[in-house]
Amino acid sequence: MTATLSATGITLFRGDRCLFEDVSFALEPGQLLLLEGPNGSGKTSLLKAIVGMLELEAGVVNWGGTPVLEQRQLFHGSLAWMAHRVGFKADLTLVENLRFEAVLRPQVAVDIEDILERVDVSRLKRLPVRSLSAGQKRRVALARMLLADVPLWLMDEPYTNLDREGRSLVAGVVNEHLAGGGLCVMAAHQDVDIDAPVQKVILQ
Amino acid sequence: MIASERELPGLMSGFVATVKRDLLLAWKRPGDVLNPVVFFAVVSTLFPLATGPSPEQLEFSGPGVLWVAALLATLLSLNGLFLADYEDGSLDQFVVSPQPLPMLALAKALAHWLTSGVPLLLVSPLVAVSFRMPAEAIGALIVTLLFGTISLGLVGSIGAALTVGLHRGTVLLSLLILPLAMPILILGARTVSLAATNETYSAGIYFLAAYAVAALVLAPFAAAAALRISYE
Repeated sequence: MTATLSATGITLFRGDRCLFEDVSFALEPGQLLLLEGPNGSGKTSLLKAIVGMLELEAGVVNWGGTPVLEQRQLFHGSLAWMAHRVGFKADLTLVENLRFEAVLRPQVAVDIEDILERVDVSRLKRLPVRSLSAGQKRRVALARMLLADVPLWLMDEPYTNLDREGRSLVAGVVNEHLAGGGLCVMAAHQDVDIDAPVQKVILQ
Repeated sequence: MIASERELPGLMSGFVATVKRDLLLAWKRPGDVLNPVVFFAVVSTLFPLATGPSPEQLEFSGPGVLWVAALLATLLSLNGLFLADYEDGSLDQFVVSPQPLPMLALAKALAHWLTSGVPLLLVSPLVAVSFRMPAEAIGALIVTLLFGTISLGLVGSIGAALTVGLHRGTVLLSLLILPLAMPILILGARTVSLAATNETYSAGIYFLAAYAVAALVLAPFAAAAALRISYE
């Protein structure tokens, strides 16, 4: 069994409205799936549908050839999710937040300090997350991805709020993850600047 | 590289980490912790001012007043059980982790009980003395409140999970869990009254203990299912 993510004919309704219909893709290790579309076209909902947070009207998402709903725990142990809301407790420092999250998914055997250095937030590590800027929070969210020892990354608008340097940092980190045999599903507006093979799902 | 070949984090680790994190958060924001206790103390000391301070009156109304105040203090603080985690997105991160959701619900309820139920238990003897409660009744009050706050927190976690996606769900939460909370209130207050008049009162304590055990076993699963519904 290899780490592959595929979907066949997935359809999602929110209330009476059809967000997307009959979307299919098959993602191999080292590939990026790019979700494109205007605001409100359902990119975030598609990401949520992939992780199993939203119930599909039709179709199935497979991880390693098996439907994800039949192996929720295994699948969730294989992914890291950079959501729109970063998901850190505002009153805790970023190290306290990342230490807590270490129990949520398998972790790489790398010192947390090195990762913070890499995303250029180590000087902020004693501050509560509340006092960080939106861009700095995105960088900490990127540190969360780097700390997780998982093959599948799901990223919702990872370039939002970041400066030019931050955007190239995201691109570099994603390129490295893909080069190491990882998979990535990304919702993005901007030019993503990724070297790996890219598949696209365009939502209306 | 696929997850089945690697070690997933242990099941208890998410539970322990969540309890620790919530206690740390409570430590950093002591105001939130003190709210229910202050509410409890204020409401129960206001009653004698309104109904008159005669000793017979106090002895008669004491158990009921203390229990109603404890019930309301617990209910009002339960609204925020999952709300903060939902709003800042940390609940999403937990939902898409391999950690089982019932463990999260149980951990949240435990941390909530440690930070709101335990202070309430500690303050209750002081308030009870001001109601001229005999020592026997104070013992019964502490034991019934112990089981009662555990049960209310667990039952309330189901309501909090159901209303997490709604804005201002406090009223709805109270309505949802009041039917389940009624037996706790009736038995709790009655048991303390019986103890105050030197009658046998152990039946009420047995029932409250049984209720707490049932809630401990069932509520985390119900709360986890409710959380998944809230995400739909």
